[in-house]
Amino acid sequence: MKQELKINLLHQKYIQTLIRRKRWVRFYQAVIFLLFFAGWETASRLSWIDPLVFSSPSKVLNLLAAKIQDGSLFMHLGYTLFETVAGFMIGTVLGTLLAAILWWSPFLSKVLDPYLVILNSMPKVALGPILIVAIGPNVSSIIAMGTIISIIITAIVVYTSFKGVDPNYLKVLQTFGATKRQTFMEAILPASFPTIISALKVNVGLSWVGVIVGEFLVSSKGLGYLIIYGFQVFNFTLVLMSLLVIAVFATIMYQLVEFLEKKLIKNSG
Amino acid sequence: MPFLQLKNIHHTYFTKSSVTTALSGITLDIEEGEFVSFLGPSGCGKTTLLSIIAGLIRPTEGTVLLENLPVDKAVNKIGYMLQQDYLFPWKTIEENILIGLKLMKTLTPEKRQKALKLLEQMGLSGFESKYPKQLSGGMRQRAALVRTLAVEPKLLILDEPFSALDHQTKLRLEDLVYATLKSYGKTAILVTHDIGEAIAMSDRIFLLSPRPGSLYHSFKVPGLLRELSPFEARNHQTFSEIFQDIWKELDHIEAGT
Repeated sequence: MKQELKINLLHQKYIQTLIRRKRWVRFYQAVIFLLFFAGWETASRLSWIDPLVFSSPSKVLNLLAAKIQDGSLFMHLGYTLFETVAGFMIGTVLGTLLAAILWWSPFLSKVLDPYLVILNSMPKVALGPILIVAIGPNVSSIIAMGTIISIIITAIVVYTSFKGVDPNYLKVLQTFGATKRQTFMEAILPASFPTIISALKVNVGLSWVGVIVGEFLVSSKGLGYLIIYGFQVFNFTLVLMSLLVIAVFATIMYQLVEFLEKKLIKNSG
Repeated sequence: MPFLQLKNIHHTYFTKSSVTTALSGITLDIEEGEFVSFLGPSGCGKTTLLSIIAGLIRPTEGTVLLENLPVDKAVNKIGYMLQQDYLFPWKTIEENILIGLKLMKTLTPEKRQKALKLLEQMGLSGFESKYPKQLSGGMRQRAALVRTLAVEPKLLILDEPFSALDHQTKLRLEDLVYATLKSYGKTAILVTHDIGEAIAMSDRIFLLSPRPGSLYHSFKVPGLLRELSPFEARNHQTFSEIFQDIWKELDHIEAGT
């Protein structure tokens, strides 16, 4: 009885230490956040840094409030979000499809191998001008940028995962006389689901790059456009505000995919 | 007419730098309802032989006939059980045991009922909607057996199905598998390292010698032991006599290589 009490007490102590440690972590995170913005504000007001280039948090916030009020922020944000989501979804789906084709035909995969390596090592944003001329200076070409940047790497990663599925699972299916298509649907694809989701996570980040660069090049809408416009008229408050909004929404999107990952692959592994 | 005929099976693997003969001149017949075991040191091509019997790979030479038909045309008549359960972790137990029927497009409500009944006989009722990782090793292997039997194979191939389990679970499962197979009158081929397991479960035992794998010797297990369950057989006095005989022969094989 006494022993039990003591163990309970120790357990509670342990939990309290955990909670305390977590609080300290949160505390220092908050301190960094506050110090950064307070330092930025002070440095800007006292002209330690050039307020014209580096602006200040208060100016950024005021501008943000103004842009929210006139609704123009939502229009720009909406475009960029739509392009990014479309880009990474299409990129992941097409990349997985390409991986499936490579898995289906080992011969084709051998033939295409050097081309995949070349395409993968090439900086895809360099294709921007060609895409814009070919597709036209509109939303489609920006989505194409968001897609093309992630498609090859997805194909390579997912194909590697397809090939890495334990051959004994395939043996089980073969003894039931499974066709190649059935083998793919019942074992290869579901076994690679975790890899596909983690490719999705990487692709979120990549698609933001593609979309922002795409908007730099052509757009008259979107956060990338706001940045380039702010740069052209030397309004760096606008540039910094756009950056802040991008940071927030890129994080949210990443967290959403992570949440999806937890939901979807509960039972694998 | 024998149920399963192996006629002069040879198999050779080719790689860029080597040629390996895994099996050479294996000829044997197995009767319907018989339980036979293959015993042999590692490297005697046991798994290759099983894959050939199952029709998964074509031998370089020789033929395998199941009821006078080449096996590669009768894949659906052969069930294969592996060393580990290889239940699909993303499928529930019910989905796992019905996968064979689903793939063969023969999933009817009656067959489903039959499979679930078999699951119950294996002591797994109530686990239908659980996932494999929620089950213990022995339970998973039992579920894998249900999956194999659900498609009603005529011949069952067991590739060291108990080797990944702890000793107690293994003994229990031997009894269960033995009783199940006998009650359905299935023909079975077991591959194992475990001499005791081979004696306890089989009607006949084939010893294989390695590199290249070929038939070295065969033993008939006396009717006395065959009447008993594997666990009882292990405790019978003739068991240890046969054990000694086989042990000596295996020693010969090892010495000869």
